[in-house]
Amino acid sequence: MTPMLEIRDLHANVGGKEILRGVSLDVRKGEVHAVMGPNGSGKTTLAYVLAGRPGYEVTRGTVLFEGKDLLAMRPEDRAREGIFMAFQYPVEIPGVSNAYFLKASLNSIRKHRGLPELDAMEFIQLVQDRMKLLALDDSFMRRGLNEGFSGGEKKRNEVFQMAVLEPRLAILDETDSGLDIDALRVVANGVNSMRGPERAMVVVTHYQRLLNYIVPDRVHVLSNGRIAKSGDKELALELEKRGYGWVEGPASVASPAPR
Amino acid sequence: MAAPADPVAPYLAEFERSEKELDGGAPVWLHRLRERAILRFRELGFPTTKAEAWKYTNVAPIAKTPFERVRPGEPRGVAGEAVDHFTFGVLKCSQLVFINGVFAPKLSYLRWLPEGVRVRGLSEVLRTDPQSLEPHLGKHATLNGNAFTALNTAFMQEGAFIDVPAGRVVEEPIHVLFVSTARRAPSVSFPRNLVVLGDGSQATVIESYAGLDRGAYFTNAVTEAYVGPGAVLDHYKMQRESEGAFHIAAMALHQDRGSVVASNSISLGGGLVRNDVRAIFLDEGGELDLNGLYAVTGAQHVDNHTWIDHARPNCTSRELYKGILDGRSRGIFNGQILVRKDAQKTNARQTNKNLLLSTDAFVDSTPGLEILADDVRCTHGSTIGQLDENAIFYLRSRAIDEEAARSLLTYAFASELINAIKVASMRIKLDQLVLSRLPRADAVQEAV
Repeated sequence: MTPMLEIRDLHANVGGKEILRGVSLDVRKGEVHAVMGPNGSGKTTLAYVLAGRPGYEVTRGTVLFEGKDLLAMRPEDRAREGIFMAFQYPVEIPGVSNAYFLKASLNSIRKHRGLPELDAMEFIQLVQDRMKLLALDDSFMRRGLNEGFSGGEKKRNEVFQMAVLEPRLAILDETDSGLDIDALRVVANGVNSMRGPERAMVVVTHYQRLLNYIVPDRVHVLSNGRIAKSGDKELALELEKRGYGWVEGPASVASPAPR
Repeated sequence: MAAPADPVAPYLAEFERSEKELDGGAPVWLHRLRERAILRFRELGFPTTKAEAWKYTNVAPIAKTPFERVRPGEPRGVAGEAVDHFTFGVLKCSQLVFINGVFAPKLSYLRWLPEGVRVRGLSEVLRTDPQSLEPHLGKHATLNGNAFTALNTAFMQEGAFIDVPAGRVVEEPIHVLFVSTARRAPSVSFPRNLVVLGDGSQATVIESYAGLDRGAYFTNAVTEAYVGPGAVLDHYKMQRESEGAFHIAAMALHQDRGSVVASNSISLGGGLVRNDVRAIFLDEGGELDLNGLYAVTGAQHVDNHTWIDHARPNCTSRELYKGILDGRSRGIFNGQILVRKDAQKTNARQTNKNLLLSTDAFVDSTPGLEILADDVRCTHGSTIGQLDENAIFYLRSRAIDEEAARSLLTYAFASELINAIKVASMRIKLDQLVLSRLPRADAVQEAV
């Protein structure tokens, strides 16, 4: 079976500086992959490159999504093809309603897939169902897009959007950052309920904590723009115990830091 | 006709010629007011960019153009349908319409008004009952510094007189519409409005200025409003002049004890536009929301100067002006708030935000706060920027295409001020006007 997402030797620059230096990764449908690594290792850059953020310049390598050249697509087309990125810092846009924005987004995706657009009633039913999943109350939908939301509310809104848009591939960028343990449970619950045989997820996180709740099939450690180590969920636990220094390239392994 | 060597001279000559006609049998005080005004205009002359208040707005094109003053009774030939374009659909309101500065009775109508409330053309009141104007006319918009206010005062004849006695509540808005048309020679009009609200009274007043075609003309407007103790005024100004028009307008707002005013100025049209708002709290407990939205493109130039005088303690002012500038347009915001020495417990907030949609658009923002009291809460801030690239990407990552995202964010920027409009049909109209300027209004309508 060909992977849903196939990353080969991906190199990318941000502001003229090379951040990704040859990432290769296969994600099959139904799988959840965790991408871990220290600050500055390129985790968020990888997420942004996959989502198509302008200013993130791919200099080498290929990315295929369901056999299609992902890098040739505009961000909006990637979304229509079924890629969803949950942002670490979702943008506040007062004046755009949380609800109507999401309806426009969903219908844009449905149109692309040849599905009929949802009318207001159908949309409300879908939304109310998904809101329960994330323990959101009705007032939430009447507010501006992320307007005045707390950090936790923003993260819940990202996962809520994911639950409504039902992507093929979800990329979660540091979805655990800034969440207390209760909020983390709610968010992880939402994510877990979205797991399924037809959907894949790439979970980018600095800490192992999130992976107690969203248990990954594979764990990769990104270091200096490359995948330094891959393994199963046990790898995340080992990283928690031993820190990132342990996998950070051959130099640090051969010569421990002087005492 | 060659440009006059002294740009003031034609106005002085016109005043000489028409003073009798302007005044008719007017009382002495009015005659003197006009004389003082024309003398003041002669002294001041047209401002130049050397004057601080006119630093960014060059009115030489106005000074250089020979304008004709339209006289009452001249043929107008403007159909009601043409005017409908600038009214507010199903809005139930009283409406006074002026064509090129001349009252158009056939297009005007009054709805039922509470006893004692007067909504009249100024010329009629000047003719029949001038003494009722004396306590206020020229008392709020003073002749001190502004040559254009002086010029208007010398020639004022038409406009609305809205007089609401104590305790009366006028539920339906009063719409005063000034429509200009292209004529063979550029014309000038001097709209003059006077709004007087007695103790505890309430009214909603909409001033509209509109151009029917692309021609050049000059609107020199002044509105004076006195808001009595405990009175409530909702005021709107909708400026949709034609792109060749010069529009210079001043609003003087005097608020008495405990009065509540919301004034919203919308500037969408005009070639060269200047709005001056001067508000003063005459007594304690006043509240003022001063809002402005200017959205311009092409070679339009729009200058908003506001001045709020916290002369007395315990007053609140909230000011929000937002500009959207496209093309080669130019925007200016200059806001001054003065908190005088004994104006303790003043609460003043001033914000100006500007959105530049093109690289050739330009804006100057000068917020200002002078505080002489020590127990006050005052803030001011100003921003100039482009659409937020993070926000554009966020929307695109949600399957909204880039052009739609830009339209959506531009609309969202304006929406705060659209929503500040309490008169529903005017709000809907402004909404449509803002949407009509966006490349992807369809996407916006779907997402807001």
